[in-house]
Amino acid sequence: MSSINNLRDKFRDASRPARGRLGDTLFTVIAFLAAATIILIITLLVYQLFEGALPSIRAFGADFLSSSEWDPVKDIYGARVFIYGTIVSSLLALLMAVPLSLGIAIYLSQFAPRWLRSPLGFIVELLAAIPSVVYGLWGIFVLAPFLGQTIEPFFADHLGGIPIFAGPVYGVGLFAAAVVLAIMILPTISAISRESMLNVSSDQKEAAQALGATPWETVRMSVLPLARPGIIGAIILGLGRALGETMAVTMIIGNRPEISASIFAPAYTIASVIANEFAEVTAGLHMAALVELALILLVITLLLNLLARLLVQRTGSGALKRKRS
Amino acid sequence: MAGCITTKNLSATFGDIRAIEGISIEITANKVTALIGPSGCGKSTFLRCINRMHELVPGARTSGEIIWDGRDIYAPEVDATEVRRGIGMVFQRPNPFPLMSIADNVSAGLRLAGMRKNKAGIDEAVERSLKLAALWDEVKNKLDKPGGSLSGGQQQRLCIARALAVEPDIILMDEPCSALDPASTQKIEDTMDQLKDNYTIVIVTHNMQQAARVSDFTGFLLTRETGEPGRLIEYGPTSKIFTMPDHKETENYITGRFG
Repeated sequence: MSSINNLRDKFRDASRPARGRLGDTLFTVIAFLAAATIILIITLLVYQLFEGALPSIRAFGADFLSSSEWDPVKDIYGARVFIYGTIVSSLLALLMAVPLSLGIAIYLSQFAPRWLRSPLGFIVELLAAIPSVVYGLWGIFVLAPFLGQTIEPFFADHLGGIPIFAGPVYGVGLFAAAVVLAIMILPTISAISRESMLNVSSDQKEAAQALGATPWETVRMSVLPLARPGIIGAIILGLGRALGETMAVTMIIGNRPEISASIFAPAYTIASVIANEFAEVTAGLHMAALVELALILLVITLLLNLLARLLVQRTGSGALKRKRS
Repeated sequence: MAGCITTKNLSATFGDIRAIEGISIEITANKVTALIGPSGCGKSTFLRCINRMHELVPGARTSGEIIWDGRDIYAPEVDATEVRRGIGMVFQRPNPFPLMSIADNVSAGLRLAGMRKNKAGIDEAVERSLKLAALWDEVKNKLDKPGGSLSGGQQQRLCIARALAVEPDIILMDEPCSALDPASTQKIEDTMDQLKDNYTIVIVTHNMQQAARVSDFTGFLLTRETGEPGRLIEYGPTSKIFTMPDHKETENYITGRFG
């Protein structure tokens, strides 16, 4: 392939001199500027956030991360409650979404009859197109009352001795938010996992089948190991989405700045507190604290996306290596 | 005998496309049988019917009988995974599990068959199979390295060892050397020669010299016209097929007039 390209380049160079192609040069410059804009925007964003957060960073230092007091009246701010709410609601969502998504991905990529694959895949991806405010409304009017009247009392009555299932139950709270988040990240995780499972060559499946592997053993022996980096990438992308989700979570998590052991208790996330308080804030330390929260959220999600990218890239190059050998 | 396979009027289709039709053949135990014929004549499809791999393709069907060890392997009470455990297969492109260790690759079939606990038995089977596949000396010091780290020829011998580990009666080889260099091909042909004392081997090959070198019996398949299914034109001892075939078509093919 590369030799053909070399040849083509040579041919082109001989027939058309590189100089004098004004259109090409212009186009290259415009395209470069378009690409550079992205870098500029990100750099400015991080810089502005950092600058805005500086008063708060100066005032509280590392205590900002560990303190759970958030009191605009006394002008004392700590992020622990929000970091906790953000991470726990997202992890709970992952706990529910990952098994379900992998089930969907395995079924769609390995077992579903051909005629069912695209429609079913399309419906799953459609979940991603529903606006988050719609999820929030559904959560607060349908899901939260349902959970509060059925599932949560059941757990609180029978397993209430375990602190994480302790009452009282309100419906609205960490658990309900996690359920909504799980539904929202389902399409991301299942679509990317499905792609990486589809990329496993049929050679590999036949290797297991010819040894007498059942369909499930074939998936376990040849599909999952090779798709694993892609699946991990999918999970991290889903986690990134859950961490940053604002509207639906704000509507349903209860917005109470407290850390409680029970998953049925209301909580508060970084994204929610920013959305709720930014309108009433004028300036000063309160504003700086909110901006620092934003900076923390940005750092968490950027790191996760970077990690996901690295993992997904490794799958790609791994598949290429196998093809060459 | 355990390694004897008889097909009666075997036909296979992919949806509406008829791949092979009316193939009746008796494959002798502990011999090497080669199937030759031009591309698209259904050699591979025939091979994949013998271990019930053909039916894994959506829309693929077979009819007719395949008798192995006195049993019709397409009888409703027969479990396809059991058939595949007794009839091993080596594919055109080496397909070891790339991330699994060399030892685990070889023992994969044993672990599927439930031999997980018997560590000593597994180690012994791994060594025996790798020796049979003439790979032991090259890998005995790196059994824990991934299967994907071997060269192409070594990978193919690893696949042969993997097929041998479950002690099948029959080994099907679908153009096992077509992706390999001459030196590796030589090694695999030597291995086949050793194996036929204890195993029945059926090999599909494009390479007529290879068929002449390694096989005791040869079957010639041909699609007479485009759209027609492949049929068995002639079947007999390799020496006869390559020196005085009964059919004009066979002679034309082996003398290189077409295909």
